[in-house]
This record gives sequence, C-alpha cells and structure tokens, in this order.
Amino acid sequence: MPSLLHQFWVDLLQDLPRFTETLVKMPGADKETDLSERIESFLSELKRCGSGAGSLRGSAETARETTALLRRITAQARWGNAGDLMEIIRKEGRRMTAAQPSETTVGNMVRRVLKIIREEYARSRGSTEEADQQESLHKLLTSGGSSEDNFRQHFAHLKANVIEAINELLTELEGTTDNISMQALEHIHSNEVIMTIGRSRTVEAFLKDAARKRKFHVMVAECAPFCQGHEMATSLSKEDIETTVIPDAAIFAVMSRVNKVIIGTQTVLANGGLRAVNGTHTLALAAKHHSTPLIVCAPMFKLSPQFPNEEDTFHKFVSPHEVLPFTEGEILSKVNAHGPVFDYVPPELITLFISNIGGNAPSYIYRLMSELYHPEDHEL
Amino acid sequence: MADSDGRQVDSINHSTEEDVKLQEVVQAKCEGKELTKEEKQRLRKEKKQHKKNKKDDRGPPEKEKEKEKASVLAPSKPATQSPAHKAPVPVNASASESPVAAEKPAKSKAEQRAERRARQDTERASKQGKKEGGQQSASSKPKATPNELQPVVKRLPEHIQVDDPAALKKLAKKLERQQVPLRSDYGYKVSLFSHLHQYSRKNPPTQQISIPATVIHPSIVRLGLQYSQGIIAGSNARSVALLHAFKQVIQDYSTPPNEELSRDLVNKLSPYISFLSQCRPLSASMGNAIKHIKKEISNIPSQCKEEEAKRRLQECIDSYINEKIILASEAISKYAIEKISDGDVILVYGCSSLVNHILCEAFEKQRKFRVIVVDSRPRLEGREALRRLVKKGIRCTYVLISALSYILPEVSKVFLGAHALLANGYVMSRVGTSQIALVAKAYNVPVLVCCETYKFCERVQTDSFVSNELDDPDDLIVTRNGKTHLENWQTVKSLGLLNLVYDVTPPDFVDLVITDLGMIPCTSVPVVLRVKNVDQ
Repeated sequence: MPSLLHQFWVDLLQDLPRFTETLVKMPGADKETDLSERIESFLSELKRCGSGAGSLRGSAETARETTALLRRITAQARWGNAGDLMEIIRKEGRRMTAAQPSETTVGNMVRRVLKIIREEYARSRGSTEEADQQESLHKLLTSGGSSEDNFRQHFAHLKANVIEAINELLTELEGTTDNISMQALEHIHSNEVIMTIGRSRTVEAFLKDAARKRKFHVMVAECAPFCQGHEMATSLSKEDIETTVIPDAAIFAVMSRVNKVIIGTQTVLANGGLRAVNGTHTLALAAKHHSTPLIVCAPMFKLSPQFPNEEDTFHKFVSPHEVLPFTEGEILSKVNAHGPVFDYVPPELITLFISNIGGNAPSYIYRLMSELYHPEDHEL
Repeated sequence: MADSDGRQVDSINHSTEEDVKLQEVVQAKCEGKELTKEEKQRLRKEKKQHKKNKKDDRGPPEKEKEKEKASVLAPSKPATQSPAHKAPVPVNASASESPVAAEKPAKSKAEQRAERRARQDTERASKQGKKEGGQQSASSKPKATPNELQPVVKRLPEHIQVDDPAALKKLAKKLERQQVPLRSDYGYKVSLFSHLHQYSRKNPPTQQISIPATVIHPSIVRLGLQYSQGIIAGSNARSVALLHAFKQVIQDYSTPPNEELSRDLVNKLSPYISFLSQCRPLSASMGNAIKHIKKEISNIPSQCKEEEAKRRLQECIDSYINEKIILASEAISKYAIEKISDGDVILVYGCSSLVNHILCEAFEKQRKFRVIVVDSRPRLEGREALRRLVKKGIRCTYVLISALSYILPEVSKVFLGAHALLANGYVMSRVGTSQIALVAKAYNVPVLVCCETYKFCERVQTDSFVSNELDDPDDLIVTRNGKTHLENWQTVKSLGLLNLVYDVTPPDFVDLVITDLGMIPCTSVPVVLRVKNVDQ
C-alpha cells in the first residue's frame, strides 16, 4: 500500500514542472492576447474618432494613450534585443497611423519612443550620442550603413531603462498644457483684444490662465460647419472673460481692432507651417495684412516630420452634408460640395510658436525636430 | 454784468433782424410767390417765438438760430428731419432744452459767423429761383457753381449715434410727432458697436402699429415688415420694392385743400421713411432713390393738375427703375461678358442679383465656364444663388467661406457684387466680401466688382466699425448633434454675439469695377459722382 501512495507522489513530482509550466504559460498567453486586444481596440477607436465633429478627444489624450500602449508593448511583447523591439514598434506604429492618417500625434509618439530606444541602447553600449548625431562628411563616407547591425546586442537592463524613459515621456505629456499656460502672462497684457478660431484646449487653458490676473477681450470665430467656436466661447465666458462670437465671414472686418491672434493647431509641419482647422489660413492672411502677431500654442508632441507637399494626402474631408444638407433637395445631385477639414498655413505668416519648452520662431522648428526624432524614423 | 448786457443787446439785435425778415416773408407771401421751406419754417417759428416772448425773453432765439443754421447747412438728406437736428455745438443744445436757464452761454464768434453765412445763403437761395424746394438749397450750390467745394459740416445720420442719449431723445421726439413707433434695441451689444442699433427679428415695429394705420400707408407697413423679417433682401430688391410702394402711395394720395402737392407729398413721405428706417436702416441705393423722388416731386410746377402730376411721378419712378436698375444691369452684363472667357472658373460670394444676371447671360451666350459659390453663416444666401444658377444649367460647386483657401487655387476670376461704392474707393458689401478679396489677392486671382452707378455714395469710410448694421444676434445660434451651446447666451454676462451685415473692402484688393458707365478702377468713384452731379 505505501508503494501505491509512493507511486502517486512520484508521478506528481514528475509532472510538477510541466504542471507549473502550464500555470505560468496561461497568463503569458493571456498577456499576449490581452496586448493584441488592446491594440485592436485602440485602432478601432482611432478609426472612429476621425469621422466628423473634429476629434472625440483631444490630441493630448491620444498622445498619452499611444505612449501608454507603446509602454505596454515594450513590457509585454517578446523581444530579445533593441532591433527586435524597434521592429515591433514600427510595425504597430504603421498600423496605427494607417488607421487614422490625419491623427499625426500617434506617429509622433511612435517616433519619440523609437528615439528613446536608440538613446537607451547607445547609453547601454557606452557610446556618446552626440557623435552619432553629427553627420560630418567624414562620418558619412566612412561609416556607411553600419548603424543597423548595432542594435543586435542584448542588454539585460535595456527593458527597464526604456520603460523608465517612456514613463518620463508620459510625465512630460501630462504637464504640457500647464507648461504652456504658465507662459500666458508673458504674452497677454491688459485690455487686449485677442482673436482665436474654433476650439483648442491648449488655447483655452492659456487664456484662462491669463484671465486670472489680467482683463482682456476675446473674439472667437465660430469656424463653420462644426461651430466649435461656440463651445470655446461659452467655456471662456464662464471664467468671466469678455467673449464675443463672430461668424467666419467677419474675420477680416474686425481684424483691425485685434491686438493678437492666438490659435491652436492640429499639427506643426517640418517646415514650420501648420496644418490647422479650416479658416485658419484666412485668419493668418488677415493678421498679416494688419500686421497683427499670430501666435500658435502647440505642444511638442504635435511636431511632425511631414512636409506639406503631398497635396492628395494632406487634405481630409467630411461629408458634404455638413456643408449643404440633404434638405436642399434636388439641386444636390447637380452640385459639388466640398467640406475640407484642414488648412495649410505657411510659416511666413506665423510670428511665434509657444510650446511646453518655451517660445520659438518658425525658423527654429527644424532644429527642434532633429532633437526629437531620429532622421531614419521619419518614414515609419 | 457786461455779458448780460451784451447778450441782451444781441437778443434785441436779433429780434429786430427777425422782425425785418418776418416782414420780408410776409411780404413775399402776400405777393403770392412761393415760399421756400426755410421761410415757411421761419414763419412758424416766429409765431411760436412771439408767443413765447410774452413769457420769456431769452427763450428760443438761440435755439432757432441753430436749427436754422443746421437745416440750411445740411446737404439734402433722404430722411427729412425738421427741427430735431443734432446741433453742431452740443452744449448749446442741452442748454436750450433746459427750461428757463438763468444764464445763457454767450454766442461764440463762430456761431455768429455761421449765422451770417446762413442768412446769406437763404437770401441767395430765395433770389435764385423758386423752383427748388427747401431741401435743395444746399445742393443748389454745387449745381450753380460746380467748382465750389461743398460745405464740410454734415449732419450725422441717426443710426450711428445710438450711444448718444441726446440724439436718442431727439429721435424719440421726432418719431412721436410723426406717430411712428420707436423700436428698442435687443440684447447685449459688443462694446465696439455700442453706437449702432441692434434689433431682434421677433419684435418688428409693425407690431406696435394699430390697424388700420392712419398715418402710415398700408403698403409701406407691409414693406417695412418685409424688410425687418428679411423677406426682401439685397440692395436692388429693396430699392425696387421701395419704389413700387411709393408708386402705390402716390396713387392713393390726394392733395388736401390749401396745400401744394409738391410740398405736401414730400412731407407725407417723411414719416414713411422714418418708419422704414426703424424697420431696417436705409441702404445707400434706397437713399439715392428717395433723393431722386423728392427732387422730382418738388419740381412739379404748382399749376400742374393733380392727376397730371401723379401720372408724371409714376412715369418718373418707372423710368428710374428702368434706367438705373434694369438697363444698367444689361449694360454691365455686356461689359462683364467680355471678361469671361471659355474654361474660366468663376468664384462668386453670396447672392448678388447683378452677378447672377451676368452669369446667366454669359451662359446663354454660350460661354463655357463653371462657378464656385461661396457661402457664409448665418445668412446662407449662397444657397439661393446656387438654386438660380443650377436652374439655368450652370455647373456649380458650393463651399463655405472657411474653405476658401482650399478652393482658391482652382479659381481664375472672382466676381463680387456691391451694396455701395464709397467716395474714397472702398467697396461696401456683404460681410465676408473683403475676406474673399484679401485671399484672392494673396493667390493672385483678379477681383472684379459689379455695381450700378445709382449705388455710388458720397460717404467715406475706412473700416467696418463706424457705420454698419447689426443683425439679430440670435441668428448665430445653431443646434448641432442635439446640442445648442449658445442657447442661453443672454444669461451669461460676459458673452456677446456679433452679427455684422456689411464690411468695407479696401480699393487695393479690387482690380476692376464694372459699372453701366464702363469699366473703371476703384479710385474713379468720386469722378463719376462729380459727373453725375453736374449732369443732374
């Protein structure tokens, strides 16, 4: 009898490693499916939020969610060395940007994370970064395409370092709006008339911060067809800021009494130009005509390495129903109606960029971009 | 002491002068000559003054002097105002309104000079001829001597003096006398525009008129309602409707006994015009039309029978509409069609009857082009233009004004209509026109403005603030996705809505103005005005 019991225990002990292995494997498998589930849900949300009425959530939120997702990928995906990780992130990044091409903050965050990985790798290896960045002619001739194989080395602490750096990035993202608002009092004096267009959460926070200490008057252009200016105006007037809503057609008419134009933007392009809500180009031209300074409040995560020359991919349209509703009847079939969402504003019309790292002229944007992104990541 | 003596001496002097003039006037009356409006007014005032003088020595003479001076110096204005003028020296006005002032401010040298000038003018006018009515005495100066410069002092129109309580009081008194209801402003006005009226469409002044309206002709009441509700909109449409209503008025008019048709009809028209300007401020084209009609009425000789006179006036109105509006648009189309070539992409803004007419004519003449209609909230007049053009069969595209930068690279020409052309070359038109001209200039697209000459106006203006019209602010409210953000804007203290109607476009944005006299640059407008004045 003790031999049977003994046999049982022996079998159990033999099976135990396999048994524990299965115990360990199940959450592991769960983790992987969990990760891909999260990615899928993020992608579907991106696809949905692009349709109509601007964005369901601001770009800051999108940036934060993208970064959090990338951190999760770094933590949970299987990778051996930096090169693998970069491949994975690049692949996911391509899928995410394909889901919503106009939401450029997604691509920007992917590029930031790639840059972080490169930096951490270089730091682990012990080489200095500045030498890599400066591309002297000598380096170009001698080094060639050697950078790719450099990422195959395995470092034990790379994962932890990368995750820590991404956490820092997240902290930076959370503080961007506050950083920008803190600069408000340096730019707004009392009894000013400020004009803005549409709705930008950054500009809203900026103006509300200035309103705590100064009295000024804000004119909001409503920005048809979505009329987001209305929301902005009600929100500003609740803080006791003297606000006026004007229709888009009156922008030039009232511009002569405006002291400053402060706008937000969807993207800052590589040449210092903007991709902003439609109507912004008219606003910029009117400001230029009256020599009124045009200030753009844009956090750094909106800076994108794209250039504005791709005409067919630059524009995004909404349903013409917003412009010419179906109630108009039979003329609809004979008429083309267009509802573009974005406008390109060339850098010559812009006076100042205010971002979380301070104020910059549009001619300096290319430098900032080279600090944020690695040139090889410009094409994901 | 010396002062009061001086003043007494002055008043005595004036009363003696007044007496002399009074004698003159009475003489003229007895001789059966036609009295000028000044003289009639003065007669009435003298009667009043004599009555008042029994109570108070110092009362009216200053007041009358100012009114007289102001009425003579004012150029002919379409909205006739009798004594309620804004005095050039507001201090005196307020002083004269106070009941019995112990001290009157001494007359300044400038006032005395002005009075002397006024007297000379009236005498010259009475000598020149009895044809002109009192209104025309100021404009007779340019007629007689076209090289003389116009007098600079002009009376400010009432509708841009809303922030002046004295002017408001005067207006209220005048309207009360004419039995026209006063319309009250609505809603919170943006501080930059506190000098303009802002009315609500829900409270038209016609609600305050009893039925049947005894003072105001029913066709005028209907017209006023149509204006205030926006049923009739657009410069040409409003002028034509006004002229048709006047035809009806003239038809129904009968001269009361002991009155001249030429005098009385003009006076009958004043309350109508006040009422219409309460419904909606008069446009420049309407102003010119009214001026023309009043001149025609005053030019009717007194021997003319009533039927004959009425027929003549009806004909005159018809010919005005025909010449200035219909034939002018034909002429403009002819010139404009030369500017449209095959393959053109033409951009138009809002709904201008003239531009629509040009495009339809060009399409009939087999020009191949397509049209882009730009529209803006809250009026959305472009949809009306779209309907008309599509009905004709023209290929159209439709965008909102915020999409202008997107659509402009495709455009080859921009055609704009105008509400008025100002004497310094600025184009006054629907709000948004200046924006279109600005962006077109940035893209190097030619901008052509089409305007009939009867819309040319002698005012000058450099920005869209001093003289404009504020529409109902509730029009800006919109419901999207079931949410109306601005629903309770009145309750929020610091929120204001601004609904401008007009704006001015600087002449450097406009490349060409097409008028019935030909194609002229923007800066030639004062030349045309001068030529017109000499002709008339």
